[in-house]
Amino acid sequence: MAEKVLMKGNEAIAEAAIRAGCRHFFGYPITPQTEVSAYMAKKMPKIGGVFLQAESEIAAANMVLGAASAGVRTMTSSSSPGISLKQEAISYIIGSDLPCVILNIQRGGPGLGGIQPSQADYFQATRSPDHGDAHMLVFAPASVQEMVTLVTDAFDLADKYRMPAMILGDGALGQMMEPVVFEDKEITPPEKPWATNGHENKRAHNIVNSLYIQPDELERIVKERFEKYEEIKKNETRVENFMTDDADVIVVAYGIAARVAKSAVRNARAAGIKAGLIRPITLWPFPAEAIKEKADKVKAFLTVELSMGQMVEDVKLAAEFKAPVEFFGRTGGMVPTTDEVFNEIVRLNGGNK
Amino acid sequence: MNNTTHTFLLAGFGGQGILFLGKAIAVAGLLEDKELSWLPSYGPEMRGGTCNCSVTVSDEEIGSPQVLTPSCLVVMNQPSFDKFDKATVAGGYTFIDSSLVSSKSERTDISVFYIPATSLANENGLKGLANIVMLGKICKEYPFLPKETVLKALEKNNKKNLPEITERNNRAFDIGYNYAE
Repeated sequence: MAEKVLMKGNEAIAEAAIRAGCRHFFGYPITPQTEVSAYMAKKMPKIGGVFLQAESEIAAANMVLGAASAGVRTMTSSSSPGISLKQEAISYIIGSDLPCVILNIQRGGPGLGGIQPSQADYFQATRSPDHGDAHMLVFAPASVQEMVTLVTDAFDLADKYRMPAMILGDGALGQMMEPVVFEDKEITPPEKPWATNGHENKRAHNIVNSLYIQPDELERIVKERFEKYEEIKKNETRVENFMTDDADVIVVAYGIAARVAKSAVRNARAAGIKAGLIRPITLWPFPAEAIKEKADKVKAFLTVELSMGQMVEDVKLAAEFKAPVEFFGRTGGMVPTTDEVFNEIVRLNGGNK
Repeated sequence: MNNTTHTFLLAGFGGQGILFLGKAIAVAGLLEDKELSWLPSYGPEMRGGTCNCSVTVSDEEIGSPQVLTPSCLVVMNQPSFDKFDKATVAGGYTFIDSSLVSSKSERTDISVFYIPATSLANENGLKGLANIVMLGKICKEYPFLPKETVLKALEKNNKKNLPEITERNNRAFDIGYNYAE
């Protein structure tokens, strides 16, 4: 077995991307994700890859658009305000059906906001990655090890479905160190016969484009993309169920909030409360079925987020009014404490410990 | 939380090696194949303000990596003492660098140790190693892992494997380990 090492989330993501075959990284520094760029800057030149610190986030994201068009595995990373700047290019990437990985190590917003951990970009990631009818795959790791696994999967699925995949982390996950193991596996990125790379006139040339002037043609292309989205919802939704079998109160939380929630659920169980946790691992597609299945069995759902409440809307939609869906969150860089979540669980259980 | 979970909150000024101290504890956990997490405060505090670091070493999967009520608190400046003295869980341990903190803890439900770590380091020509002096004392009074593992972790953190650094670290560790109030 490969050696277990201690790594920061940001560094582990960068190493995982390199191991997944990413040799083209374009970035611009911003706290709390700067270690990703720093790691890439150190490593890429040694392995024949490209690390480029662009003049801005906008430029970096457009370089990803270019590299993805040429068919290589490419990635950019940033934190919340920087992701907003990348959105224009993300739209062109989606509109051109190009695969890439985008990392958002979220910090408090809006505006420049703060630098402490946040989950307030959920809507941006899942609802509105850009203008137009569009989605991207959104993965929400909850540990440094899971960051590694999901980066690999994000590259694979982005290639498979020809669309961008986002890793939605936060400042705490980016900055914390945990043990990680990198599996030694050969990665062979798939052939990309559509790529606009050099071909010495041996085939007709390819075109990568997001402009369709004829409305009927654009409608057809968007509809085809949405058929693909339905496929993805069926095949790629991921969720962790923790102690939900007999649960009266189920907490729904992802990423760092799920870590806090898991501690609170354990404490609630120790206090005799049947609590459980549903942890979405993909945020788009959202694991609505997992919630729906439990909706007529629980007293209540409690959604916990580092925001004013965004994913709670997806939980409500999934629960179809069969159970109350309540929310607890902290925002602006504050992280909910285990005790705060525990107290909410007790309240929703009817106040009895 | 049961007694197989050790939670550390380490606090002081940026530049005192607070994060390094945390990393030494974390690497020791790694060497013993424990579950562990290391979460720093980050941002402007890295450049001289107050700085703190949460470390959890456990036999079980770790939920929240944020340590608010540590089983072991280490404070290396006055603002950190003022802020965290009450945080230590009942029955827990607090270690204070008494060369930089003049206050005494009024807690009677925890074990408190006063070590003039910064002065001890300076007097022994080990400027900058007060954090390792503290680590020695922690290992003596709060043996969360065997002393040998912690020393090995320090050596592992000495990336360039410079023998003089290992020698200085070991000396600082022993000063803390053997210090009697």
